[in-house]
Formats: sequence, structure tokens, C-alpha cells
Amino acid sequence: MRAKGASTRVMASGTALEPLAMATAGEFAAEEFTCVVERHRPQIFRFLLASTRDVDLAETLTQECFLKAHRNWSRFRGDSSAMTWLMRIAINLQKDHWRNRRMQFWRHTQVNAVDLDEASEWLPSGESSAEKQLLAREQVKRVWESVKGLSERQRTVFLLRYVEERELSEIAQATGLSEGTVKAHLSRALGRVRAELGGKR
Amino acid sequence: MKWIEGMTGKANEGGVAAELREGAAQDSAIQDPAVEEALRNFRMSVHAWSDAAYSRPRTTAQIVRHRSWRLAVGWALAALLMAGGFSGGVFERHRRIERERIAVAARLAERQKALLAEQSKQDDEDLLAKVDSDVSREVPSAMEPLAQLMNDGAK
Repeated sequence: MRAKGASTRVMASGTALEPLAMATAGEFAAEEFTCVVERHRPQIFRFLLASTRDVDLAETLTQECFLKAHRNWSRFRGDSSAMTWLMRIAINLQKDHWRNRRMQFWRHTQVNAVDLDEASEWLPSGESSAEKQLLAREQVKRVWESVKGLSERQRTVFLLRYVEERELSEIAQATGLSEGTVKAHLSRALGRVRAELGGKR
Repeated sequence: MKWIEGMTGKANEGGVAAELREGAAQDSAIQDPAVEEALRNFRMSVHAWSDAAYSRPRTTAQIVRHRSWRLAVGWALAALLMAGGFSGGVFERHRRIERERIAVAARLAERQKALLAEQSKQDDEDLLAKVDSDVSREVPSAMEPLAQLMNDGAK
């Protein structure tokens, strides 16, 4: 629970804030929210980018996510971490986006998702030799291909686990699923990745 | 696009129910080093892409300005069309009223003219009748001396 009157605020995400004696409650909440935005915005953007493969869409959804979070910040009770709460908003926004897009098919909407080759071009800079880089690129492409074949839930769970490195309990909270269901989704997703890598290795 | 369909659809949800029962018991930890390496590369690749995309110069202001400019032009065109339609309607209505007014005035003038012609004809006829009547009344008295003479001569 958030203790409004505490002299030292410990945010749910673990960030300790210095006491702000002169600040009013509103100013304090604004300051606190700014910290949350600065801290978690890149992660939310990264998750949405991996989910959509569309930079513009990921930026738009990230903005919407923090706008929604700002509107509901006073209602955030700290039952989960701020990151988990934000991730849940992002997941719902992403779901709504695709649902609206499907419902409003007559609208002129552009699909800017990059193809797998382009997405696989981003490689860790640590790979020294050209051969290793080529191998890494091929592996990344295979994983993207298997991610592409996953269902929405499996993809979300997979990305939260293996890109965002979230704990199973956090994933369960963010997605609203039980831990057992999260494990099952992960198992299935990993099976696909294994099959993709094994079949084309 | 298959990716998009996959996001919205439930294509792979069918077998999940059975998977959930058995999968819940399974640990999703990775056993295969090759898979582990692939996932690590994938994670680092996504992070690199995200970092690059996140730190790229934002074009939001330009897009917003461009959009607002297009919006303004759209509104201006719509206003112009509405004004044009409205003024066209008003002009057309005015022209129709004017035409009707001219037609009514012409009809009235024609009727007036006919009435005047009728009246003039009636006046002429009345005048002729009056003249005839006057003549018929005057002639006998005018002819009276002649008639008297004729009478006297006969005696």
C-alpha cells in the first residue's frame, strides 16, 4: 500500500525517493509519476516494439500507456510493482489496438511492421567474427519466425519472460493469468522455438 | 498479414487448454544451450533495436504540424464547400422567386392591358350608341321644317 504521509517514499518498483517536505501531495505525486515514466518508459516501449515490430505504433502505444497511467495514478495502490501495473496497461492497450483494427477494417490504417529480416539485423555488438554474427543473425531470425507463429497470449508471455526477463509471478500479474497458465504458455512457446531452431539448424 | 492475424486471432488457442493442464506441471527452464544462446541473442537484438529506435530523433512535432495543416486545409475546404452550397442554394432560391415575381407581374400587366382594351372597346361602343341615339333623336326635329314644307306644298 502507498503511504501518502511517509517521510521517505519507497515506490513499488523499489525506487526510494528523498523526502520532499515542502511539496504538496499533488506535486509529490507528479514528481513520483515523472520518476516512474523516466524509469520504465524504455522497457514499456521495448515490449511494445517487440510485440508489434512497428516503431511508430510502439511509440504511440507507449504514449497512450503513460497517459492512461497518469490519469489513473491516484488509484494505483501499489499491490503490484509500478512496472507490472504499467505492463498490464500496455498489454491491454495492445489488445485493444488489434481488436479495434480488426473491427474497423474499413478504416485506412497503415501496417508499418518491419519484416523479419529487418528485425533480425539488430545484433549484439559483442560478436567478433563475421561467422558468429551471421550465426547470431540466423538464430535471431529463427526466433522471430517462431514468435510470429505464436498466439497473442503466448507471444506476450514469451516476450515478457525472455526479452524483459520478468519473473513468472510478475508475468502472471501483468497478464492476469495464473502462474500455471503462464508456465504452460511458456512451455508451448519454447517448444516452437526449439522446433524452429532444431529443424533448421 | 499473418503477424497481425496472429495478434488478434485465436489460431493457436485450440490446443492450449490441454497444454495448460500438462504445462502447468512443467518447468519452462531452458535445457538446450543452443536454444539458450538463441534466446540470449534474440533478447540482445531486441534491446539493441529498441535502444536505437528509442533514441532516434522524434518527428512527432512535424507529424502533428503536418496533420494539423492537413486538418486545417480539410476544414477550410469543407467550409468553402458548405458556403458555396449555401450561397448557391440562396442564389437559386432568389432567382426562382425573381422569376416568379416577373411572371406574376407580366400576368398582371397582361390582364391590365386586356381590361384596358376591353374598357376602351366598351367606351367606343357606348359612344357610338350614344351618337346613334342622339342622331336618331335629333333628326326628326331637324327634319321638321322640311316635313312642314312638304306638308304645305301638298296642300
